[in-house]
Amino acid sequence: MRCEDVVDQLAGVADGSVTLRGSARWHVDRCLHCQAELVQYRKVLRALRTLRTEILEPAPGLLADILATISESGERHAVRQLLSGRRAAYVGGIAAATAAGAAGAVVLASMSRRSRLRLVS
Amino acid sequence: MKARQGDHASFEELVRMTYVDAYNLAYRLTGDEEDARDVVQDAYLRAFRGLRRFRGDAQFTTWLYRITANCAASSLGKRVRHRHDVLDDDEEIVDLSARVDPAEQADRGAVRERVKAALAELPPRLRTVVVLRDVYDLSHEAIAAELGISESAAKVRLHRARRKLRERLYPMAGDEERDARRAV
Repeated sequence: MRCEDVVDQLAGVADGSVTLRGSARWHVDRCLHCQAELVQYRKVLRALRTLRTEILEPAPGLLADILATISESGERHAVRQLLSGRRAAYVGGIAAATAAGAAGAVVLASMSRRSRLRLVS
Repeated sequence: MKARQGDHASFEELVRMTYVDAYNLAYRLTGDEEDARDVVQDAYLRAFRGLRRFRGDAQFTTWLYRITANCAASSLGKRVRHRHDVLDDDEEIVDLSARVDPAEQADRGAVRERVKAALAELPPRLRTVVVLRDVYDLSHEAIAAELGISESAAKVRLHRARRKLRERLYPMAGDEERDARRAV
């Protein structure tokens, strides 16, 4: 076992996702070069984790900009919904009027047929 | 919950509580204040529109990080296409280590500053993965999903990013030879 055989696993060992076994572990336990590299990965990972707690304050106005963007989008959405609602109402109205017209025509036709039958009799 | 039902005021409250955090992530991913502002605005807009798809089984911030990462990746993609840059995982990172005596940089604050500098010099596709995994603790699965890559590709990028950071901060004899062998 050589350093090259385990070196790609050292970052994983440092973050706890890899556990070395057998000859790989035996090698790292005895190789100062690999141990040094392992310590370096641990330091890098620790430093990366600390970045999470470092807060960079955004320039003023960001919150207002975000809220304005959302509000604008919300308004656009509401207008779209309103328009599509009206469109549905128009279509519904036209359909109802057509249905009523058709029903009226049927009634008129049957009435005129009945009166014609009465005249014949 | 109210925010998911379309309550503007509740969503506004969520934005107030999380926007600094989201901005920090965007800044770490893009490395640029203006880009970070654009990314955050885009992320909240997408979050607002997709709020009904938020299942609520994860924290809102985790969900928002994923959206922010996705927006940042799009933004970086546009920037690269615009500038005609080439993203090469194996591009050389300028080694400033000769100007720094490691012994003098022993304390953690200094290491953190050097990590930030090294992160800034990573190719964006490597930086994104290492920031999401090692700073924000997102799973490989979530990272892969948001970046539109396979989980194994995400792991490979993470490995390369960590190696480059380690080599940049703690150059060791043999690193260059090893990199040359990998490139062959």
